[in-house]
Amino acid sequence: MSGKMSLAREVCSCSVTHHPSPITHHWFVAVIRLVGVEKNFGNQQVLRGVNLTIPPGKLTTVIGPSGEGKSVLLKHMIGLLQPDRGEVWVDGVEITRLRGKALNEVRKRFAMLFQGAALFDSLTVFENVAFPLREKLRLPEPDVARRVEEKLEQVGLSGMGHKYPAELSGGMKKRAGLARALVMEPEIILFDEPTTGLDPLMAKTIHDLILAMHRKFGFTAVMVSHEIPEIFSISDWVAMLKDGKIVAMAPPTEFQRSADQAVREFIAVGIEV
Amino acid sequence: MLMLTAGIERIGRTTLFLIGEMGRMLLFLLSTFAWLLRPPLRPFQILKQLHFIGFKSTFVVVLTAAFTGMVLGLQGYYTLRKYGSEAALGAAVALSIIRELGPVLASLMVTARAGSAMTAEIGIMRITEQIDALDTMAISPLQYLISPKIVAALIGVPLLVAIFDVVGIYGGYVVGVDLLGGNSGAYWNSLESAVEWKDVYGGIWKSISFGLIVSWICCYKGYYTRMSAEGLGAATTEAVVLASVLILIWDYFLTSVLL
Repeated sequence: MSGKMSLAREVCSCSVTHHPSPITHHWFVAVIRLVGVEKNFGNQQVLRGVNLTIPPGKLTTVIGPSGEGKSVLLKHMIGLLQPDRGEVWVDGVEITRLRGKALNEVRKRFAMLFQGAALFDSLTVFENVAFPLREKLRLPEPDVARRVEEKLEQVGLSGMGHKYPAELSGGMKKRAGLARALVMEPEIILFDEPTTGLDPLMAKTIHDLILAMHRKFGFTAVMVSHEIPEIFSISDWVAMLKDGKIVAMAPPTEFQRSADQAVREFIAVGIEV
Repeated sequence: MLMLTAGIERIGRTTLFLIGEMGRMLLFLLSTFAWLLRPPLRPFQILKQLHFIGFKSTFVVVLTAAFTGMVLGLQGYYTLRKYGSEAALGAAVALSIIRELGPVLASLMVTARAGSAMTAEIGIMRITEQIDALDTMAISPLQYLISPKIVAALIGVPLLVAIFDVVGIYGGYVVGVDLLGGNSGAYWNSLESAVEWKDVYGGIWKSISFGLIVSWICCYKGYYTRMSAEGLGAATTEAVVLASVLILIWDYFLTSVLL
């Protein structure tokens, strides 16, 4: 295994301490850290002690077979799900026991693009994107309009603000969801399979858009995806979830050279498909 | 012996589940009220829900009230005539409607029309992750989605019951007086002398509590729906059945207290 991958594993294993590491000048300072996270749904054990460190300002993609709990993992990072065991740290704050206002304070730093975009179907695209601005920032309407139009233009949906989600294609919904995620200019954005159900061309468009936005705004991005090999060209780090654990994490080039059997098989099948 | 143990186990599991479910329902209601007291207040959301739960239910409530009053007028007139007491028709219709039929039937109509829609709407929002999206934006779904519905039902159902009462009494009048030839003055006079303010207050208290039952049960069932189309269908059915049954049971208890 390469040096960087070993280091990533080292950092992951180091993070199994129960104390948040202080923000230092280390090149791999964690903005999100999962420590020994376990999650069961009934008798089914989905996460079996996940240790994962998400570096700030980077785009980290989590890959893995379907049904392995990648979306579950993502939802733990923003406190939508609480682990049965383990800890989730966001910049030195352990969020698993937070509720109400304290949890909302942490969530203000996040945005999430859901698998189905999760647009509010009773609101137009404009109202969807404007929603967090009106609800959280209570900006004057001219400012709301300006910021919404700006974001819609960035995702290529200029002039589509009056449409309802039901009138949009899958790709347009994802772009509208991305605009809503970006409009509050969050520090961290979670992408839950942003290209699922899209044709390859539209999937590439969404990936390019995510990459462009990530480069422009510099937010920390965590993406769950199956899109191999596409994710290797846009990600800074790739992690693989297998059997409820992170089995590998490395920059894309190192990751593709991994000697790990599960990683090699997954990449090989992904490329064939 | 094994069968007996299995049976007891099943009863125990069901009992534990029911106790847990009741606890969750109570916590859901208390949390919603707690969020209701925190800013921001959402008058526009409440008005929107009032329009949906109240105004849009008016037609079906008026229709039910009219025919309920008419059938009471019809049945009451022929029954009372046997004893030479047609003059008491107004009192019979008004007391039946104001005390019992108005609050119960109007609430059942709201359950069928608006309650089922509430469960379906919230359930779909749960399945399509719209509720999770609210959470990720640090907006409480209980405050944004559920509280306005509960407030609107608490205001809307009593207003609908008032409409039901008036329309029902006129329905009885149309049949008993206009169609069957009863005495108009006797109808209103018997009504005025029989109905007391405590009957009206009783009806209002009932309608407020029924409004709470409808919105609480229907929102809860939608909020915790199983994540499938079948699950949502089941949640909607459960919501309507449970809310209707609770309205009838609660009506009995309230009546026994108010009488």
